[in-house]
Amino acid sequence: MAGPKLKPEELASKIKYNLPPKGWMDEPVEFREGTFNYSGNPKNVEYLQLPNPRKWQPTDPDWQLPENWKEIILEGLRDRLHRFRSLQIFMDICVRCGACADKCHFFIGSGDPKNMPVMRAELLRAVYRKDFTLAGKIFGKYAGARELTLDVVKEWFYYFYQCTQCRRCSVFCPYGIDTAEITLLVRELLGLIGVNIDWVVTPVANSFKTGNHLGIQPHGFKDSIDFAVDELEAITGVKVEAPINKKGAEILFITPSADYFGSPHYYTLLGYLALFHEIGLDYTWSTYASEGGNFGSFLSHDMMKSLNAKMYAEARRLGVKWILGGECGHMWRVVHQYMSTLNGPADFLEEPVSPVTGTKFGNARLTKMVHVCEFTADLIKNGKIKLDKSRNDNRRVTFHDSCNPARALGLIEEPRYIIRNACNYFFEMPENTIKEQTFCCGSGAGLGTDENLEMRMRGGLPRANAVKFVKEKHGVNFLGCICAIDKATLPPLMEYWVGGVDVGGVHELVGNALIMKGEKERTTDLRGEPLTVNESAMKEGNMSEEPFGE
Amino acid sequence: MNALFSLVAIIVIIAAAFLGASVPHLDFLFGVVFPYAAITVFLTGIVYRVIKWSTSPVPFHIPTVAGQQKSLPWIKDSPLESPHNTWGVVGRMALEILFFRSLFRNTKMEMKNGPKLVYGSSKYLWLGAIVFHWSMLIIVLRHLRLFMQPIPSFVLGLDSLDGFFQVGLPGLYITDVLILSALTFLILRRLTVRRIRYISLAADYFPLFLLFSIAATGVLMRYFFRIDLVNVKELAVGLFSFHPVVPQGTGVLFYVHLFLVCTLLVYFPFSKLMHMPGIFLSPTRNLANNSRMKRHVNPWNHPVRVHTYEEYEDEYREKMKEAGLPLDKE
Repeated sequence: MAGPKLKPEELASKIKYNLPPKGWMDEPVEFREGTFNYSGNPKNVEYLQLPNPRKWQPTDPDWQLPENWKEIILEGLRDRLHRFRSLQIFMDICVRCGACADKCHFFIGSGDPKNMPVMRAELLRAVYRKDFTLAGKIFGKYAGARELTLDVVKEWFYYFYQCTQCRRCSVFCPYGIDTAEITLLVRELLGLIGVNIDWVVTPVANSFKTGNHLGIQPHGFKDSIDFAVDELEAITGVKVEAPINKKGAEILFITPSADYFGSPHYYTLLGYLALFHEIGLDYTWSTYASEGGNFGSFLSHDMMKSLNAKMYAEARRLGVKWILGGECGHMWRVVHQYMSTLNGPADFLEEPVSPVTGTKFGNARLTKMVHVCEFTADLIKNGKIKLDKSRNDNRRVTFHDSCNPARALGLIEEPRYIIRNACNYFFEMPENTIKEQTFCCGSGAGLGTDENLEMRMRGGLPRANAVKFVKEKHGVNFLGCICAIDKATLPPLMEYWVGGVDVGGVHELVGNALIMKGEKERTTDLRGEPLTVNESAMKEGNMSEEPFGE
Repeated sequence: MNALFSLVAIIVIIAAAFLGASVPHLDFLFGVVFPYAAITVFLTGIVYRVIKWSTSPVPFHIPTVAGQQKSLPWIKDSPLESPHNTWGVVGRMALEILFFRSLFRNTKMEMKNGPKLVYGSSKYLWLGAIVFHWSMLIIVLRHLRLFMQPIPSFVLGLDSLDGFFQVGLPGLYITDVLILSALTFLILRRLTVRRIRYISLAADYFPLFLLFSIAATGVLMRYFFRIDLVNVKELAVGLFSFHPVVPQGTGVLFYVHLFLVCTLLVYFPFSKLMHMPGIFLSPTRNLANNSRMKRHVNPWNHPVRVHTYEEYEDEYREKMKEAGLPLDKE
């Protein structure tokens, strides 16, 4: 992937936190190449039966909106105020204390004041005041009210597709105002007049049609899994089974489609295959529900529901007892916080019990869907798998908490427990950048496109900077994570800002360390890289040698 | 500009009160009619707003979690940062409302050359906010001694605690000093921190100026231009017992103070000050992190278009057959 035109030092030197002299309502938005996403492909907009399919680009002066676009948006806003208490409350109670301002990775990396979460929300709030509050109607601009114009719509498009719904600001807000909620609702409003981006619309259309966002058809899915089975055999000498669409299996396994088609996700897939074989899990893959990730959650609540529906539908059709979910970020926000409400109750499934340890996953007794890190941590705790940590000695690992598992689930210790049991060298990044305060990769929520690369590098700067810190201090050369978008977008981010740091899943590390019955002596890790300590990394910086350093 | 607008508004309000209360026969208006009207608007306004909020449902279960979930029994969860039951939520909300937990987390980011990002703890905003809010609460409770006869013992206790240092005569209340200091800090912060000034609306300055004027007129009456407290109590008790009387010679300053309080009461339900009731309803804070354990129902969960397995198999049957994948219909 080509980097942004600017070199890292140049880009960094351009980040200024100066404020424009004019008030924020008087600064129109500028669509600068590298900082925005292209519009949705009309073919896919049409396929999804979304409004106003047409060819257009954000840089066009005329966006070809429907004639009554303003009415549509205001009516849509009124409707959502009635349907979402969150929206009503978040519009009314912000005191603009500014605590959120420097918590946003896009603000930190761009210096653009409208990337302060408070300002992002004010873009909507100003319109809300104008049309839905008494003070706004009477005092207008003096009450912070603003007329909804085409320029406002353009600004919405730019800034609400410059938010990755990571919810870091919401942790710091004294009222818990959640920008992700506001962003999703504004994207819904924009969708009503046909204003979408392609890296949301097209993956959604693919997921709708083929079951996964990459548009892989069932036979392609099978090829891919079969190929992985062969490759795993070449590395480990063990031939594993990987049943697909198997009725009557105990467990349905669903993971992001990038795991079987993308790199470095693929090595995590090898890890899953090895692990499930080793514990003799009776499970199945599905081609119909072949996507864990829910791109619908970047577009609208309805689309989120539509795509999510496949998980329970497929579990019911295959007659499994419960569902196991792979490493993914926003997928898990949807599964954890939305799935049961949208498409439940899943009373045709059983309360999840690990067939290996007998552990009941009481925390998933309603949704019947367990996170693979919960599952594996339980295996390790009960001594059901053997791990040879030294096989990961070429990795000096740090862990990036993916936004949604951290701030929607509170899945914080499970992956760390697994890493500590699979690796000898694990180092935490500074505490303001991990766990509930974790920084986004800068490319989530549909923003991970090439055309948006400069903004991604800006937004990813806080994460990259923290990795750089542990690289210099501890010689870290591996960034572990549990999110498919992370795995896709952190590698170019690392290459741009840090260098010499690989990105991979937690279950890749498990797969490396896993001692399998009947395996041959391993000479390489799952990536085919030799199992030796990375000497050059050891020499860099003043690293501490003790394992488990914090 | 926004600050100036608010400042002018406050000056106009003070001037109106000053002039109005100086006119002999208007004290009934300022002493009885306005307070009753203001309290009516205040109460009905808040009730109206809260009911309006409540009529919008909470469709989804969206707490923002700030700690370890309750999952496997041997992993220690954080019951207050990621509560899994109602007691945890009560605890989390109590920390939030009484101690401003989230604001206490505040950090300050700095970019140094390199680029190197540094995050330091930043508690000033938290300190200013908590000092203001607690002082405000204590002062409001202290004022109950004007409305009630006999004075409840907790009010007397609060009074003596607040005047603990026994400095000067009449004794200095600590909260008087604190509230003026905190408000000064909050005003200066808004005016001088450029980023905060950029986001500030007139509606952000106005309540600060208003609260400052209320506190300042209160302090002036107590320590500098003494007014007749017996009169004030007579008026207050009268208002409180719905037998209003307007004692003569209470002083214009008192009416200015009272009018500013009335302004605050009327302004409250229409403004961001509604964050007080609002925080109780914030769905990212008042829900437990138990959405995989307990069902949350969305009252408007409407059906959406889905792509069923049958449609999927119909579209891909030949390819699936060729690849040897099992089919529902051959």
